[in-house]
Amino acid sequence: MHSIASIYHAGSGHPGGALSCADILACLYGAELNVWPRGVDDPVRDRFVLSKGHAAPALYAAGAYFGFCNSREALRLRKLNSPFQGHPHVLDLPWVETSTGSLGQGFSVAVGMAMGLKMLKRTSRVYALLGDGELQEGEVWEAAMSAAHHGLENLCVIIDYNKLQSDNRNDVIMRLEPLAAKWRAFEWGVCEIDGHSIPEILKAFRRVVATVNRPSVIIAHTVKGKGIPYMENVPSWHGSVKLTREQTEQALAALGATDAEKKEYLDVY
Amino acid sequence: MSINPALIASGGDSLREAFGKTLSSLADEFPRLVVLDADIAGGTGVHHLRKSHPERVVQFGIAEQNMMAAAGGMAAVGLLPIVTTFAVFCLRGLEQARLSLAYARRNAKIVASHPGLDVGPDGGSAQALEDIAAFRAIPGMTVISPADATETALATRAILEFEGPVYMRTGRSPAPRIFGDEHKFEIGKGQVLRDGRDVTIIACGVEVSRALTAWETLKAEGIRARVVNMPTIKPIDAGLIRKCAKETGAIVTAEDHNIHGGLGSAVAEVLAASVPCPVEFVGVRDTFGASGEPEELAEHFGISAPFIVDAARRALKRKKK
Repeated sequence: MHSIASIYHAGSGHPGGALSCADILACLYGAELNVWPRGVDDPVRDRFVLSKGHAAPALYAAGAYFGFCNSREALRLRKLNSPFQGHPHVLDLPWVETSTGSLGQGFSVAVGMAMGLKMLKRTSRVYALLGDGELQEGEVWEAAMSAAHHGLENLCVIIDYNKLQSDNRNDVIMRLEPLAAKWRAFEWGVCEIDGHSIPEILKAFRRVVATVNRPSVIIAHTVKGKGIPYMENVPSWHGSVKLTREQTEQALAALGATDAEKKEYLDVY
Repeated sequence: MSINPALIASGGDSLREAFGKTLSSLADEFPRLVVLDADIAGGTGVHHLRKSHPERVVQFGIAEQNMMAAAGGMAAVGLLPIVTTFAVFCLRGLEQARLSLAYARRNAKIVASHPGLDVGPDGGSAQALEDIAAFRAIPGMTVISPADATETALATRAILEFEGPVYMRTGRSPAPRIFGDEHKFEIGKGQVLRDGRDVTIIACGVEVSRALTAWETLKAEGIRARVVNMPTIKPIDAGLIRKCAKETGAIVTAEDHNIHGGLGSAVAEVLAASVPCPVEFVGVRDTFGASGEPEELAEHFGISAPFIVDAARRALKRKKK
């Protein structure tokens, strides 16, 4: 709800890809990551990198919900002098761990973090969330090869596999399949789940923690625009779009917003 | 034009070897230092560190984009990473350096061997003549090009002590030794190596020794040139440039780089905004390199000492009487 409202207030943003990974982010911050608002500079914290930086509204919503930032301030998305830029920036918001937005780079940064933590003999784990279209970047496969070669068992990649990218379906733009086989061939531990099933997400996290000598990838099958009927699986909601007040109200209603919540999110400015 | 035999015969250490040996000697003093290699440790000088401290060298394979951004992750968890590869492959990781190192303001360093025509026989594809311009355009990126092995050793320590992202060139070919053990290096500072009142030659990297050769020729002609070593291209020593412009009234810049966007541009930016005076640019004139020995290439592409002499004469002629 927070992401949709912030995109409405911003007048632009990527709602589809924010909604497809919202359940994953909720499970990460709610249950998996060993990080708390008061410990964002704790050297032994777990690290999370949103490599698909355009899903920033979902990250900010999770941050607001779990106390890393102020909910009202985080509705000032994409505005001048707001730390909540269109893509996460670590100098504005230290808890986002690194600056992302150029696809592929967040994954490499996460690889560097996992390598570094291992060299420093820290027990922290590193998680990176990648989009499916992002997998078309060559850098992703450089990073995948290096993580396997160095046996980064403290690294977990989650793929928000919503099957759509900016202009069309993945299989029309640049085919990704056979996706699980590709990661297996790169010697990663692979599991495939329903990325909107909380029990499946949590079970996958438990499984990857137990993986030894190799990094893990969770291929999460998701629905772009999840929860909002007029957006679900429609590629045009990927790109940066402008939401009308009516569309926003409709979306919030579909997500089960109460009247008080609608007021909180819509009449804030 | 003939090649200056003194320069070919001079047995100075290459800058890359000086860098590698210095890393090895500093590793114990900098326990967080870690060096990232893309399968060319033998070429970048990093083989010295690999021998003395193998646990400090991380292999990334031939994959520079991942290596560049991963350095950001290493710095984020408290290590002191140096990305090492050839200058031309640093361009391949340019956008990673921009976002994951500079924009995130990581304390990570990039040290590029094999810059410019100094690469020699590998030819045009391998000779980065654009790297200074590209890295200089990234906000917050410090850009350094030392002149000899002594200065490279000092600069290596300086960048490890400095907080923030740095791009530093070394060099492939054996370079004449210019500085003795008393030499001082400070990021952001140039030095006057020869004083003179008629014209100032500002040079960096391998061009500094060529500028000194040019000084001899000019002296024989009765032209009193000042020679300035400018190892930090960004942030440039604007105070020294203005002082030289005021005192000598004409400037020549010399670099093993495209004339667009490098040292010459940085000097001209300072002068255009403060003390406008004639500036002549010695550099590669917006073209790619080619195979050949470095000194042959310097003659062919117009960056050898005689071209610096000609440029000084032209600058003098343009100077207001």
